[in-house]
This record gives sequence, structure tokens and C-alpha cells, in this order.
Amino acid sequence: MVTDMRTQLARTATDLLERDPKVAVVLAEISVDRFERAIAMAPDRVINVGIMEQTLLGVAAGFAMEGFHTIVHTMAPFLVERPFEQVKLDFGYQGLAGTLASVGAPYDYGTEGGTHHSPGDVGVVLTVPRTDVLVPGCAGELDRLLRETYADGRLTYLRASVAQNDVALEVARGRLEVVRRGSRATVVVVGPVLSRTLAACEGLDVSVLYTASVAPFDSRGLAAVAGPDPLVIAVEPFYEGTLLPSLAEALRHVPSRFATVGVPRRFITTYGTAEEHDRELGMDVAGIRRRLVAALELG
Amino acid sequence: MATRADLDHVRELMALATGDEKHEESSTSTLDALWVLYDRVLRVDPASPREEARDRFILSKGHGPSAYYAVLAAKGFFPEDVLAGFLEWGNPLGSHPDRNQVPGVEASTGSLGHGLALAVGSTLALRAKGSPDQRVVVLCGDAELNEGSNWEAILLAPHLHLTNLTLLVIDNHSSSIPMAPWEPRLGSFGWDVVVVDGHDQDQLYDALSSRPHERPNAVVADIPEGEW
Repeated sequence: MVTDMRTQLARTATDLLERDPKVAVVLAEISVDRFERAIAMAPDRVINVGIMEQTLLGVAAGFAMEGFHTIVHTMAPFLVERPFEQVKLDFGYQGLAGTLASVGAPYDYGTEGGTHHSPGDVGVVLTVPRTDVLVPGCAGELDRLLRETYADGRLTYLRASVAQNDVALEVARGRLEVVRRGSRATVVVVGPVLSRTLAACEGLDVSVLYTASVAPFDSRGLAAVAGPDPLVIAVEPFYEGTLLPSLAEALRHVPSRFATVGVPRRFITTYGTAEEHDRELGMDVAGIRRRLVAALELG
Repeated sequence: MATRADLDHVRELMALATGDEKHEESSTSTLDALWVLYDRVLRVDPASPREEARDRFILSKGHGPSAYYAVLAAKGFFPEDVLAGFLEWGNPLGSHPDRNQVPGVEASTGSLGHGLALAVGSTLALRAKGSPDQRVVVLCGDAELNEGSNWEAILLAPHLHLTNLTLLVIDNHSSSIPMAPWEPRLGSFGWDVVVVDGHDQDQLYDALSSRPHERPNAVVADIPEGEW
């Protein structure tokens, strides 16, 4: 049975709590059931503050002020949008490190409606200087990234999703992987939309690069593959265009064309499964292929 | 114990820090409480401001920090002549304190409603470190307590039995919504509450040096309107 990322987050965090006395976890009701062993094992370092997201971030920053490697967890809109000023000031401005680990973005809990969606989370976090953004594609990648970064002295947004790729790749902070090579365009895929993007690229003569690291972005890796006069198409599981500044920066030395396949920038008012939303928003295999082909035709 | 001359010297230092007159009331109303804390209550070492065994103090409201800076300078956290450059380009003393620029400052504050949750986290972290005797004191203004984020933390701290946490409220009646009566309001959330004369240093000392065994405590320093 495939482990979901949310469960993996709790497992890895619990293991880190066990191994490292400087790890603390702060929760706001969400996923408390998955942290039961951690709470029993380290009640002073696993704190459930209840339904108070500003205080969730403030308490976590207080732990960080005391030198703890803090993992803060709740659903994406309530982790980085509702308490954004706490992210910006308590962590960012104060120069504190920690891991903000979300679930639910962009619209994983599709029956909950727009109040619980967060396709803008990555864009919001990217406005906080010196913040890393990691979007793993499956549970194995989440485990690897959390272990790599939890104590690296940086502020990291780690975005867990319900959707997962079929296989885990050798992801790392700041690394882009070449999945396949082609000549007409370079498709840069982020996180859990890799498997469906590969299916969508069947028969298309394109390179496919994969990353779980939105920030820092592997500019050199992209520049090395894209070549002269490149057409670069981002497939991103958040608002379309979010990755564009990083792509443009990476290729500023060559005339380049860009297109994006991401979540359309509009409020989502439908109810249903995440897969139904993928279909409606052009993020399923057919939708991604349709948008890729359109980008290739525009050239 | 400090002499009158000591406090007069702190006032002279405050006078060096000019240019933030809009916050003069905010600053002056904190002076007696800050002086009592740094002179008689907090265990801090100006020579080693990040010493692990220290007590923590967070000026949550951030506004009007000239009294805070003057007390820190008088206690030797940084040279007194730095105050003369308050608000000037290249000087570390801005109109809201920065933990990364000013020795002795625990938290960068100024946006209201952040310090109390930080203090709750810091208190929890000290507990997790096994440091049961260290205290965390956080100063909020009465108007600052309009912010809803504070009431989240006010609800949480007694639930977590944070007996090492002290909320010091400077009630200079600047809130458009009167915040008194304090005892029933904070008390109903589970805080031990005492209201003292905000200019009476002996009352402030008695209140700030006592600690309840079961609950976090709130010390409200009342500054009558017009007497800041």
C-alpha cells in the first residue's frame, strides 16, 4: 500500500523527534491523530495549540528563538495565508529557521470548497526573502527532503499533497533532474504532477526536467539543458506563472520563450474530488497534453 | 537597589533618543516597569546577552522603544552614546526594536500582537530544555491587546500551565475600547491577575517578582490618563 505524504510527514517528523532532542513539532489540530506516538514520546516538544493559526506560527517561532528545529504543520491556507504576517515577521524578518509543512494544496480536499484550497500558497511564500520552497512528488521524496533540510538553518515551506507520482526520484534542495530528452521544448515539472505530465508528453519531442525544489531553483541545470533559443514550458501544481520568474532568471543570457501549465488564476467554486478538479482545471493528463500541444504550436 | 540618581540618568538617556515624539507617551509609560525588571527582577547579563541561563523579556508592542533602549544602555547592553543616533541612518536603534541589531533585544517587534505567542513558544521551549526556573516576561500595551492574536495566546497559556510566563500590560488607556476591568477578563481565561500603580516601583517589584504555582500571571501596570 502506498504511504500518503501526510502520513509520511508524521512518520519522518516522529523519527526526527526521537533522534534529535532539538526537534519540536507544533500543530493546530490538523493531523494530530497521526502524531499520537510523537505526542506520547515527547509531550514537551509536540504541542497542539488548537484552532489558532497566528499563535501556531508565533509559538513555533518562539521555539526557533530558543534554538529548536521546529516543524509547523497544518493545512496550506491556514499555515501560510491566514497567518502570513507571522510567517513574514516571526520567522522571515527575525531570521529564524523552521519547516512549515502543509497539506491540502492546491485543492486536495476538493469537496471542502474554496475556503480550504490554496493554489496561491507557493506564490505567497516566495515573497518572503531567503525562504526555500520544496514540493515533493511522493512520500519517499518528502521523507528525503525533510531529513535533508529540517536542521539546515533555513526557513523552508514543505508542501505535501494527496496526489503522488508513481516513483520517487533522487530529489534534493536546489536540484533539477533530467527525466527524458527531446528537441522541441523543455518541460519543467514540479512535484506531484510528474507522472501525469510524462503521460501527457507521450509522443511529443520534448525534454522533461523534474524538480521538487521551487526555491532555490536549479538555474544552472535548466540552462544546461535548454540550449539556445529555448521554449520552456512549466507544469506547476500551483497558480500558473508562479515559476516564471525563476525560469526567466535562469535563462536571462539567451532569448527565450515561456509558457505555463498550472492552476488557472481564478477562485474554484466547484465541489468534488481532486481528480475532478484536475479535469476541470486542465491539470489531468488530457488537460496537460492539450495545453502542452497548444504551447508547442504557438512555439 | 537603584537610586533616584540611577533613574534620573535613564531619563537623561531617553532624552538623547529624539525624533519619535509621537510615541513619547507609549515610551514613558513603560519606563518604571522596565527599570524595575532590568534592575531588580530579570536575571540577565549585559556582557553575555544571549547567555542560555538568562530570563527572557519581549517588548511585544515595539512602539516607543526609547525607554527600553535607555534601560538597556544604562545596564550596559550597548554604549550609551548609541542613543544619540536613534532613528538615524546606520544606527541600530529604530522606532521598533530589532533582535538582530540590538544587544539584549530578544524579539523583533512593532507589528502589534506578535510578542505574546512568541513568548508562549519561548516558555514552552525552555520547559522542553528542562529549564524550570527561567522566566519569560512579555510586555503588551492595552491597545495592543485589541489584536485577536493575543487572545489566542491568552487562551492557550493557562491551558499549558505556563507558570514561568508573565504578561506585563502597560495600561496607559490608549485603547479606544477600554480594556479594564482586567481581573475578570484575564482571570476568566485562567490567568492570575494583579493590577498595580504603573509608576509605583515597589508595587511593580512585588507583582513582578512573585510567581503563582499553577497559572501564568498578568501584571497590569495602570497609568492614569494624562500621567504618563
